[in-house]
Amino acid sequence: MFPSAFDYVAAHSVREAVAAKAEGGDDTRFLAGGQSLLPMMKTRLANPAKLVDINRVPALDTIERANGHLRVGALVRHADIARSDLPFGVIAAAAPWISDPLVRNRGTLCGAVAHCDPEGDWNSVLLATGADVIATGPSGERAIPIADFIVDFFTNALHVDEMVTEVRIPIPVGRVGGSYQKLERKIGDYATVAVAAHIELADNGTISRAGIALTAVAPKNTKVPAAEAVLVGNAPSDVLFAEAGELAAQASQPRSDVRGSAEWKRNVVRVFTRRALAAAVVGANES
Amino acid sequence: MDITVTINGQDHTHDVEPRTLLVDFVRTKAALTGTHIGCDTTSCGACTVLLDGVPVKSCTVLAVQADGASIMTVEGLKDADGAHPIQAAFKEEHGLQCGFCTPGMMLVGHALLEQNANPSDDDVRWAISGNLCRCTGYMNIVKAIRAAGAMATT
Amino acid sequence: MTVTEKPATPIEIGGIGHSVKRHEDDRLVAGKGNFLDDHTLPGMLHMAILRSPVPHARINSIDTSAAEALDGVVAVVTGELLAQYDLAWMPTMSGDTQAVLATDKVRFQGQEVAAVVATDPYVAEDALELIEVDYDLLPAITSPQQALADGAVLIRDEKEGQTSNLVYEWESGDAAATEAAFARADRVVTLETHYPRSHPAPLETCGCIADVDGTTGQATIYLTSQAPHAIRTVFAMVAGLPEQNIRIISPDLGGGFGNKVPVYPGYVVATAASLVIGRPVKWIESRTENLISTGFARDYHMKGDLALSNEGRILALRVQMLSDQGAFYADAQPTKFRAGLFHVVTGSYDFPAAHVACRGAYTNKAPGGVAYRCSFRITEASFLIERLVQTAAYELGIDPADIRFRNFIQPEQMPYETPTGFVYDSGDYPTALRKALDAVGYEDLRAEQARARADGRLMGIGIAHFTEAVGAGPSKQYDILGLKMIDSAELRVHPTGKAILKLGVKSQGQGHETTFAQIVASELGIPVTNIKVMEGDTDNTPYGLGTYASRSTPVAGAATAVVARKLADKAKKIAAHLLEAADADIELENGNFFVRGTPAQSVTIQDVALAAYTNLPDGMEYGLEGVHYYDPPNLTYPYGSYVVVVDVDPETGVWKVRRMVALDDCGVRINPMIVEGQIHGGLTEGFAKSSMQWITFDDDGNCIGSNFMDYLIPTAWETPKFELLETCVPSPHHPIGAKGVGESATVGSPAAYVNAVIDAIAHLGVRNIDMPLLPDRVWSAIQAAGVAEG
Ligand SMILES: Cc1cc2nc3c(=O)[nH]c(=O)nc-3n(C[C@H](O)[C@H](O)[C@H](O)COP(=O)(O)OP(=O)(O)OC[C@H]3O[C@@H](n4cnc5c(N)ncnc54)[C@H](O)[C@@H]3O)c2cc1C
Ligand code: FES
Ligand code: FES
Repeated sequence: MFPSAFDYVAAHSVREAVAAKAEGGDDTRFLAGGQSLLPMMKTRLANPAKLVDINRVPALDTIERANGHLRVGALVRHADIARSDLPFGVIAAAAPWISDPLVRNRGTLCGAVAHCDPEGDWNSVLLATGADVIATGPSGERAIPIADFIVDFFTNALHVDEMVTEVRIPIPVGRVGGSYQKLERKIGDYATVAVAAHIELADNGTISRAGIALTAVAPKNTKVPAAEAVLVGNAPSDVLFAEAGELAAQASQPRSDVRGSAEWKRNVVRVFTRRALAAAVVGANES
Repeated sequence: MDITVTINGQDHTHDVEPRTLLVDFVRTKAALTGTHIGCDTTSCGACTVLLDGVPVKSCTVLAVQADGASIMTVEGLKDADGAHPIQAAFKEEHGLQCGFCTPGMMLVGHALLEQNANPSDDDVRWAISGNLCRCTGYMNIVKAIRAAGAMATT
Repeated sequence: MTVTEKPATPIEIGGIGHSVKRHEDDRLVAGKGNFLDDHTLPGMLHMAILRSPVPHARINSIDTSAAEALDGVVAVVTGELLAQYDLAWMPTMSGDTQAVLATDKVRFQGQEVAAVVATDPYVAEDALELIEVDYDLLPAITSPQQALADGAVLIRDEKEGQTSNLVYEWESGDAAATEAAFARADRVVTLETHYPRSHPAPLETCGCIADVDGTTGQATIYLTSQAPHAIRTVFAMVAGLPEQNIRIISPDLGGGFGNKVPVYPGYVVATAASLVIGRPVKWIESRTENLISTGFARDYHMKGDLALSNEGRILALRVQMLSDQGAFYADAQPTKFRAGLFHVVTGSYDFPAAHVACRGAYTNKAPGGVAYRCSFRITEASFLIERLVQTAAYELGIDPADIRFRNFIQPEQMPYETPTGFVYDSGDYPTALRKALDAVGYEDLRAEQARARADGRLMGIGIAHFTEAVGAGPSKQYDILGLKMIDSAELRVHPTGKAILKLGVKSQGQGHETTFAQIVASELGIPVTNIKVMEGDTDNTPYGLGTYASRSTPVAGAATAVVARKLADKAKKIAAHLLEAADADIELENGNFFVRGTPAQSVTIQDVALAAYTNLPDGMEYGLEGVHYYDPPNLTYPYGSYVVVVDVDPETGVWKVRRMVALDDCGVRINPMIVEGQIHGGLTEGFAKSSMQWITFDDDGNCIGSNFMDYLIPTAWETPKFELLETCVPSPHHPIGAKGVGESATVGSPAAYVNAVIDAIAHLGVRNIDMPLLPDRVWSAIQAAGVAEG
């Protein structure tokens, strides 16, 4: 299976990339790791007229801690994140479970974020941690909160001439822990159900901040504010986690498919939320 | 577009369409058929090559993206002294049956051993989990990669 | 008899019993394998196939004009065009017909509708998008039950005399005796289960390069084929080409597992296109094409009843089976047996009566029914009986191991004739199961299970004891479309004492270049490294039906041993001449010929080989070569005892294999290393099918499982680690006592995994979950059993 013909430009700066995209419009796509786009093009589910390859743009491959944020540039590959010791909590926990080792060597976090696949893992991680997406257009950059960035099923909030140049994840002060519970049928499979949990603990041991987000059980990655709310201000306990699990299950909108029934998936959300919270608290206590 | 890709130390310059997949460049333009194709969905790893030292699925990289890059394929494993330890180990441990997945498995194994000469059984299983084998059940592939590591360190 | 004897030959000779490193590996690890897609012929064109997006529809029109106008397109082929050459339909291996390119209707999603031949594969695919087909949709039939229901739309309306979707009805055994036994039974235990549709999915897909020379009429066809000779004959019959002008070359195969036995429409179209255009035409399946159109396997809906005494003795077995055949009946199986060897379903147990009633139905799915790493439907049979026996154990409150011991055919009953007419050649089942149970620590595990249940944890121990029937087969009963299922070997010893062995079978990774050389090494004492094995080129190898159903060792392996013995007889005469002794006094051991009692005076096989071309006794024909066509007197019956231990997460239904202990008895092991490799592969298949790997369809007839994101192949990470054991009871009728092993583990292991998961929740009353045992299904079964989570 081979892609349809297209034009190709290799951009050497963000400015060049954005200009090329602006010129091409909707029929033009950025090419980052290519691990979502090229498979779609090979099966001709996507037939862009032009690709703007950003892989030769310098300095986008930086992952660093700066100004209270973990900054992940547009060319940071999943494997870079898995290998780095800068990520914390749920970010570090999720990285090894993205696709498979070879795909991780190419695919980028920013590409996955832009792709907005409801079965993709990163957007749940970013929802749980409250990240911002940095979009750069001809007139400069803007920060878009991840919850606003994810518009729908494969739809993001970028303007036609904007690219994601970076994702910024706030680094909590104090004790933080996270867990990513993913049910996949095998390595290389997308999540059937996954739950991202992010926990920050106050000095007195109560939960000061909680982030919970769900993968593959709604048309888009879904944050669960109701479950987060029951946690904040309380001391961690199994009963509390079970309650949060129940709320997460209620918030999920799974569909029955070949992987399993909606009822079972909702149950897995319930169980995984509970387990993710317990693991996150263990992590926070150890941090 | 004219591109030049260094494959196993040798430059290959050809005119390609932007849509040409790297695997087709390697197999057709460079006539190195040890790199295989086993799927349409980036799932199998039969097409694995090392792109600037990193294992990637060459069916999911455009040839134009490799312009100026350095690639290693299975044909590049063998050096002047004969079979590479990993090739010897695959034969010794019966790490292959039909041999279709083998080039990819050996390249991933080789890249792993560069990082970690003494991987555990699980380290190896994890590293090759982007590569499918339909014949061996993986037991002997894991053994072969570990044996190659041991060979290289002794 | 349970020891593998020390190899009779020294390691330098490397005969039977040595784990000789494989000859084929040097080229394969160097990346110098010679797979089909690696071939490029001068002037070669590329073909791509347009497939039906819908499962059932009438074709109103096909417009190819835009595709033909595309730069680089050489030809567009449709069924209408093929019909002019009488090639729009072709025969299948089961005597049905199959559309090459659809003319009237499409009958499954993915069916071949048109083909483009172009100068470049990318352009060929571009052109497919320019072909317009106008379809009138028809209702899709997605199950055999639906197919046979009243008022079901007729799928094969083009077939004269076909008034329903019934494909065949077939039975085996004694219905009256079986009913009588059921009438006497204390207990009847029933299991209904579906062995889901699966696909062999070798890592290399199917393909061909057809090179037909219009002037000379020579057709050289490079083909991914497990059965090149049979294909040549079928091609001669289908295409009307004279058989001497057809040469099939099957190069290195990247796996086959049954997928590469049949003739597929793509091969026929490429050949026709090459004939008409006068240039070589290459066609390589994509993975999706492979999964949706060629060579499915299994898809049996089975209901089994066991009649039992209160003590757990089996009195009789009654089976009803309904197979989903897809749109064309294309099972690759012996013609006489409409459901393959499914009637071997009585398994490893001794009871007097059985009746097996089989029906098949057409559905709007791909045709196939190939022997996917199994001997013609034995996998389904073995699965059913092993699941049934396990169910009976729970119903009667007998330990699942114990019920097997109570019913096993005993070693002294061998050879044993089953109620459906198989004659098992040899085996010691109780010893095998005992040994496997001891290795896994069965009693301790049962104790642990009791404790785990008390703590709310779920673990299960699954047993399967299978008996396979391989090596089809005796010419009296076994043929495919009239071609007897014999196989052959041709052996030639050169003057310097090196040999070449040519076979009618075809390796797909089983290591024939090594194992068959070992047989010759054992028989003649020629070092294994001095023997070249050649297969897969029909101009240069003797006839045979090919490699599938674990036939190679039982049939071609026997042919090899026999032809080597023929040569040994002649060699002894030459040796007698050289040693100036009487023929009858010459003995051969490890390549040395000597006069009985005086081993010091000897000549080597190399001396004899030279003499065969230089210095013969008067009247003897020059040369040292021969050919043998082997007609097996019986099938061989490998068997094994498998024990699986699983842990089940009660909250999610996710299960993990903790241990997999596999004891196999395949008779004499020619190359133990290769045998173990084959078993590893099969145990992985069993794990895959029990846990994730299946093809299903939605209600509209769309195939789910059409690529490797949906048709799940386990990676090294999920695949269990295996512990192997062996016993060795040789086959009494095979020249070297070997039974064949390529498929045993695929046949035997699915039931072991499933039995383990069911065993974990059997105390809740769960008796069955159909494969694959998705976590969802396991969890739902636990829920349905009325047990709260936790
Ligand atoms: C076999 C396989 C398994 C996978 N499993 C998983 C999994 O389990 N979990 C998971 O999360 N993902 C999975 N993926 C997807 C993988 O993580 C991709 O890498 C990721 O979704 C996209 O990243 P990319 O860099 O490859 O983007 P690309 O494929 O290059 O692009 C994806 C889309 O995003 C756009 N885009 C890319 N970068 C930018 C940017 N900087 N600004 C604006 N738009 C941009 C592109 O135009 C395109 O539309 C899998 C992929 C494969 C092939
Ligand atoms: S061909 Fe399967 S991953 Fe590249
Ligand atoms: S050896 Fe055949 S696919 Fe791995």
